[in-house]
Amino acid sequence: MSETTTATTLRLPAALLERVREHGRTAYPEECCGVMLGRIDRASGRTEVVRLVAQENQREDEHRHNRYLISPEAVLHADREARTAGLEIVGYYHSHPDHPSRPSDFDRDHAWPDQSYLIVAVAGGQPATAQSWRLRDDRSAFEEETVEVPSPRSHE
Amino acid sequence: MSIIIQIPTPLRRFTGESGEVSVDATTVGEALLRLVETHPDLRPHLYANDGKLRTFVNVFKNDEDVRFLEKDATSVAPGDRLTIIPSIAGGSRRDRTSR
Repeated sequence: MSETTTATTLRLPAALLERVREHGRTAYPEECCGVMLGRIDRASGRTEVVRLVAQENQREDEHRHNRYLISPEAVLHADREARTAGLEIVGYYHSHPDHPSRPSDFDRDHAWPDQSYLIVAVAGGQPATAQSWRLRDDRSAFEEETVEVPSPRSHE
Repeated sequence: MSIIIQIPTPLRRFTGESGEVSVDATTVGEALLRLVETHPDLRPHLYANDGKLRTFVNVFKNDEDVRFLEKDATSVAPGDRLTIIPSIAGGSRRDRTSR
């Protein structure tokens, strides 16, 4: 019963990863956040990110350095943008200023299943590691997923 | 009275891939309870352990957030459409816990 989850992969073009890192850099020391639009192939467990929708962190208090919030209206708006483009919301990204790119218990309490959560660590203002995570169906933990970064020069 | 609840894509796995579930209810709170009775695997994603709706779960009645109506007590009538929409929250915990 140990292998009950399927390994998943997030395919994130280099240019989009760079935008996430840059967003983390400019938002520092606060958290940045955004919505990832793309396609999920649920049979193979592969998710492809096609577009990012950067969000303003809607937390309006002293916790903007360690909390982020995307309102339901913003999610609805991103969802409409996705559908118009023949895509869907595949997940969300956010930064962890001066903190590892691992999800916190707070992240887990607030996560949805079947979505990718990309976290970029920003250390002293400089973007560092990025990791992507998916919530287990029983909400007990996140599983790390492979991040595949096709470079623009790749002809695959 | 039958009303329709729209299920967001990430949760359809728990409704047998249905994007819409029809329930009989007279209030929003009752409609959601009927929904998780019919599809119990949905419950942990919509309700916290204390039995309250999770804070990031938002319910819209015909495009209006029920928080600005009468919340769980908001009445529903046949033909009404409820939509479940997440707000997305998270963030690091810097207050020196287990990690």
